[in-house]
Amino acid sequence: MKNWLILVAGTAVLALLPLSGDNYLLRLATIAAMYVVLAQSWNFIGGLAGYPSFATAGFFGLGAYTSAILMSMGVPLLISWAAAGLSAVLLSAFIGGAILHLRGHYFAIASLVTVEVLREVVNTTPDLTGGGMGLNLPIMRMSVAEHAMFFYYSMLALACACMACAIVVHKSKLGFGLRCIQQNEDAANILGINTYFYKTAGFAFSAVFAGIAGAIYASWVHYIEPPDVFDILLSVKPLVMVLLGGLGTIFGPVIGAFMLLALEEVVWRNFLTLHAAALGVVIVALVLFMPNGLLSVTREKFGFRAKKGSPEVKP
Amino acid sequence: MIYFQVLANGLILGGLYACVAVGFSLVWGVLNVINILHGTFVVLGAYIAYFGYVHLGIHPFLSIFIAGGLLYGIGYVIQAGLVNRVVAAPVLITLTLTFGLDLILNNSMIVAFSADYRQVNLANPLPALMLGPVFLPGDRVAAMILAFLLTALLWRVLRDSRIGRAIVAVRMDREAASLMGVDVGRINAVTFGIGALMAGAAGALLSIIYPISPITAPIYLGKAFIVCVIGGLGSVPGAMIGGLALGIVESFGAYWFGPEHALTLSFLLLLVLLFVRPGGILGKKGYE
Repeated sequence: MKNWLILVAGTAVLALLPLSGDNYLLRLATIAAMYVVLAQSWNFIGGLAGYPSFATAGFFGLGAYTSAILMSMGVPLLISWAAAGLSAVLLSAFIGGAILHLRGHYFAIASLVTVEVLREVVNTTPDLTGGGMGLNLPIMRMSVAEHAMFFYYSMLALACACMACAIVVHKSKLGFGLRCIQQNEDAANILGINTYFYKTAGFAFSAVFAGIAGAIYASWVHYIEPPDVFDILLSVKPLVMVLLGGLGTIFGPVIGAFMLLALEEVVWRNFLTLHAAALGVVIVALVLFMPNGLLSVTREKFGFRAKKGSPEVKP
Repeated sequence: MIYFQVLANGLILGGLYACVAVGFSLVWGVLNVINILHGTFVVLGAYIAYFGYVHLGIHPFLSIFIAGGLLYGIGYVIQAGLVNRVVAAPVLITLTLTFGLDLILNNSMIVAFSADYRQVNLANPLPALMLGPVFLPGDRVAAMILAFLLTALLWRVLRDSRIGRAIVAVRMDREAASLMGVDVGRINAVTFGIGALMAGAAGALLSIIYPISPITAPIYLGKAFIVCVIGGLGSVPGAMIGGLALGIVESFGAYWFGPEHALTLSFLLLLVLLFVRPGGILGKKGYE
């Protein structure tokens, strides 16, 4: 119940943001909502089930291209966004069937390679996707302010849906099963959890929102190209955000997303050529000094015990 | 008869891939760490060879020792100072740490050397060989032979030297090795150093063949992954066979489907292999 209240209150506050009339702020908030979606998506498979997936960029890019191609064929906006989510789920079911039996490093690499294969496929099919030239989306007929507001609310709605889904899943049998898989997959299997089904479901949840986020992003920026939407950093940042906020928690990914975005803005402004290195420094410091995320640090500091069942990373 | 030429190209490429991958495979096998830095180490080795040749006139083949030595030092320090602190943590942690380190090193290299492609153009290239209908560029063949010698040398070191046996012991059982008086932390650092050394040496050899730029690092990392999966993490011979197999597959793939699809083909090969045989073709426990 507390989680729902936080979610509703947070959304209500964020929904008032366009009143400020600051388009730069609105743009940042749209990106923040997108980061929340990506981080929470990754949390389903990476945080709950403990499978280090690098496929997020693949779902994002596939969603972006699916909706872009459909829209250039004249399909309405919302239908093409939904189709993007569906295509990401289909991809997750397809590759999940092939790679979810792998563990640890092997799963990480297989999911990483999936992104590379998708990018190469897009690169080498210029007739359909524009190849390396990229793809232009139809321009929408609305003013700049309306445009910014429309995409802000779209992304915010998606982030809300994703958070609501996370709250439901965390409390449900699915979330419980995924946490069991993280702690000991063989034991979970013996105790009658259909690990294969649970992992595939977790992977599908991590795909659908990332795919729709890709679609909204593509319509928002009007132009996509393979190195942009299949960027490997799109797979890595969600992981960093979740680690920042707290692995396997509900609001950890949100905190992590806002922190990473704030950090990126500061670094982009001051050290443009070194932004990747600065991100690297953050990652290294994070891994070495607080592998359980910020939420765990505050919990320790204020003497709260870690909640039962919340997964801990042993450094 | 064009097939013999394609096969020869594949073997030359494969020998170099084996050398690129063997250090990565060693680190993965012994430390259970995926070293994302590996590709950047290869490029750094290539830069050392490039600058050695352009400014000091040192032949890239001699730079193997300089690049290998410097990279060994860098690798040793990184493992001893940073990675050792989390080496027993779950996959996600070590993988993320080396990824972060890679962002730092790769970005620094782009700032220092720019992302422009550079090339070593040897003033006195070795003459090409003609073996019947097969054309063999002398320098590439020499690079491949050196790559094989280095890989074989690593194999001997692991089999016959004291430190090599200690590395194999840590690979088999960390606790037992520690009880037998092996300083596991130091062996970890040495292993990571050797992995970096092999990457640097391979980079020096590759500098005469491929254009050099920090943005090519992920390509070498990808190749190392694929070679490990084909050959399995168990062995130096596995990395050799994996490297040769990848070289031949890429060479024929490029011939039949066009060079732009070679990379996709090798990645698809990797996915298929992960699906049917995640342990690799020669996969077995114990690193030799």
